[in-house]
Amino acid sequence: MIDMVNMMELLNNIRLLDELAGKRTNIHQIHPLMKVLTTLMFLFVTVSFDKYQLSGLLPLIFYPVVVITLADIPVVPILKRMLFVMPFIIGIGVFNPFFDTNPVVILPWIQISGGWISFFSILVKGSLTILAALLLIATTGITRVASALRMMRIPKVFIMQLLLTYRYITLLIEEVGRALCAYSLRSPDTKGIKISNWGSLTGQLLMRTLERAQRVYHSMCCRGFTGEYRISKQNKMMIGDIAYFAGWSLFFVIVRFINIPAFLGLLMTGEGR
Amino acid sequence: MSHHIIEVNNLKFRYADGRQALNGIAFQILHGESVGIVGANGAGKSTLLMHLVGVLLPNEGEIRVGEMPVTKKTIPIIRQKVGMVFQDPNDQLFTTSVYDDVAFGPRNYKLPEEEVEKRVKRALETVGILSLSDRPPYKLSGGEKRAAAIATILAMNPDILVMDEPSSALDPKSRRLLIRLLQGFTHTKIIASHDLDMILELCERTIILNNGEVIADGPTNKILVDKELMEECGLEIPLSMQNCPVCGGEKRVLNEAGQDKK
Amino acid sequence: MHMADALISPVVGGTMWAVTAGVAAYATKKVENDLDEQKIPLMGVMGAFVFAAQMINFSIPATGSSGHLGGGLLLAILLGPYAGFLTMASILVIQALFFADGGLLALGCNIFNLGFFTCFIAYPLIYKQIMRRGYSPSRIFIGTMVSAIIGLQLGAFSVVLETLFSGKTELPFGTFLLLMQPIHLAIGMVEGLITAAVVGFVWKARPEIIEKASSGEALGTIPIKQVLAVLAIVAVFTGGFLSWFASAHPDGLEWSVFNTSGKEELEVPDGIHQTLASIQEKTAFLPDYSFKTQEQETNTGETKTEEAWPVVDAGTSISGLVGGIMTLILAGITGFCIILFKKRKRPSVV
Repeated sequence: MIDMVNMMELLNNIRLLDELAGKRTNIHQIHPLMKVLTTLMFLFVTVSFDKYQLSGLLPLIFYPVVVITLADIPVVPILKRMLFVMPFIIGIGVFNPFFDTNPVVILPWIQISGGWISFFSILVKGSLTILAALLLIATTGITRVASALRMMRIPKVFIMQLLLTYRYITLLIEEVGRALCAYSLRSPDTKGIKISNWGSLTGQLLMRTLERAQRVYHSMCCRGFTGEYRISKQNKMMIGDIAYFAGWSLFFVIVRFINIPAFLGLLMTGEGR
Repeated sequence: MSHHIIEVNNLKFRYADGRQALNGIAFQILHGESVGIVGANGAGKSTLLMHLVGVLLPNEGEIRVGEMPVTKKTIPIIRQKVGMVFQDPNDQLFTTSVYDDVAFGPRNYKLPEEEVEKRVKRALETVGILSLSDRPPYKLSGGEKRAAAIATILAMNPDILVMDEPSSALDPKSRRLLIRLLQGFTHTKIIASHDLDMILELCERTIILNNGEVIADGPTNKILVDKELMEECGLEIPLSMQNCPVCGGEKRVLNEAGQDKK
Repeated sequence: MHMADALISPVVGGTMWAVTAGVAAYATKKVENDLDEQKIPLMGVMGAFVFAAQMINFSIPATGSSGHLGGGLLLAILLGPYAGFLTMASILVIQALFFADGGLLALGCNIFNLGFFTCFIAYPLIYKQIMRRGYSPSRIFIGTMVSAIIGLQLGAFSVVLETLFSGKTELPFGTFLLLMQPIHLAIGMVEGLITAAVVGFVWKARPEIIEKASSGEALGTIPIKQVLAVLAIVAVFTGGFLSWFASAHPDGLEWSVFNTSGKEELEVPDGIHQTLASIQEKTAFLPDYSFKTQEQETNTGETKTEEAWPVVDAGTSISGLVGGIMTLILAGITGFCIILFKKRKRPSVV
């Protein structure tokens, strides 16, 4: 009834990522703006690969591998989260083998359809892009991501409300959880909220939330809030930060334009003409 | 010049739904005084506190803080002088780190960042949670949250602390720490609470509210022991002054001189 | 309905980012001009509420299944379209960052699909119009139901278009549409029912919350009948087009915008595709191989699918396979080396 498992999963995920973001490795120290830009660059390059390119994509995996190891990020929970999101991507991608049946020769004696290649390409892109997003937040944390967004001229109103939303998610999930728990204890045989209670349960929670918003506003006012919000100062950008971004960008671009695995393969098998 | 730091005269307030929450409240508070405000649920405690920081403005009557009446115009100055600690620290800790929360007030008053940092550190040190400054608020314990909420106010350097139920939802040890912390403050304190034992320890003076009116105003150790008065207002005398629940023996109350008072 | 990065192309992702950023900038201006600083904490806390409320399972009578709240329409009703849009956007940002639910590149698409249509189409053109003559339980019910359904239908349609223009999947337009629209009709009805129940309840308890939020943003005087008429015409046209399409392409499953070999039959999609290709070339940012090859293909005019398949890169040959495996091994070794290096370094530091 209550998505208790789901809810715990959600809370744990937030807590875990916050905890990881609190580490102080070299990767964590890099200026958030540079990390955001590197992530965007990575994503752009990844999705820009043609749908039939599979081998050329593979070197991109160096990025998550290096970041995960340098930043001391535990692999298992991150991969778990990744698998959690994959079904949707698989669900859409899995049609490719059915609709695209052009045969492709892999090895002289093995033929598969082009759809399988593009399906695998989607899978690899899916894993890489999901990893990149999770790694950004796990090595930077929401507060510093927000300061990077501010440097990218995103309006304060938006950033402030983003941080507020983030702050109150855990609190309100717990509140909703308590209400649902109380509900389920008195309605043992239903799997969800009965339609006659849809409005009252959610509406009550909503009104409590509105009251909370009012109190938060008052507490802000008591500390001189007038609609302006100053975000904490960011450390100065160093050459190293810029080099981090430039280095990765260079790597991504090279990978994008030179199929390194094919090149390696040619060297190894001596098939080059 | 008046030596009263807070003056409330004939304060009346009616909510939009027609409920008359305050009905002619009047009192004065001196510099450095600690005043407890007690009363049953709905007696008007929170509404009164909201008036002291200008979150609500009176329908009738006036409030003066120092020499200044609380009006729309004076609110920014009033709020620098009067710091309010809300009942639920979650309402007061709304950013993603303790540091940013404590810095919120000083930054709003456009202090230079170095001064902000100095004040944040001092405030966190005073309440003893300097080491938690990078923590997200949801990872704090109840006591730590309360301490952080108090620090957010201290960073504003107020003269007067107004607190709504500061000991609610605290375990006994955190409550004891809080009381010690507050005892160390030299600010003028106004504390609304149902925790009458805490009021007994912290406040030399108590005001009892009932139905939006001041029923009693005087020394705490006279008022809180007045069984009839307390019960009339939906309260009871502090646990520490009740008869012993095990042996039934009567509690001895010491007066200031340390002698039995009976 | 969250789109993932893996399923979109940089052009589509970038375009939708730009569009969404424009809408968001406009909404921000509107919120800032509102001069109601109280709205900022309200938006923040409401965003968190919607996030949490999405966790609630609502059992749907007589089906044995349960539905969830999306929240876009509820936000528009409580906060108005501009603040509602921004709040929805920040929910999606957090979902993308912390849960990889919809990627960062696809964020523009997702904010647009889930926020724009509810806040700027369904809410002002349907909900507001129905409420113009005053609030009543039945108007609230009809208004939220219709708005939720229309908003989600448009959003789902937008997902289909974005996916197809990205050309990552082979799902034919018709099939994808037939998959998405009915599902989102059901989702929209559930969304409408939940929103109607919540709004109805709050309106009974505290009418000012519902009525105040939507005041002052009336969109002039667009008569409701005209709006409904326009929507009906659009619906008839779409339906007509779809049925024509289905009859003209009995083997509709074979058809897809980007990958049919017989391109000459489909001038319009080809045109779009050419335009996109030229945009991509003009921007000169990471040209996409398949566009070029396909262009050559159509230009030379000689086509046998099997032969016109140089698109498949060297990864399909033995060398590609070997190289790919080697790359992965190398990546593994690199990671391992870093760990070893750090382990060796640590004791000496401590």
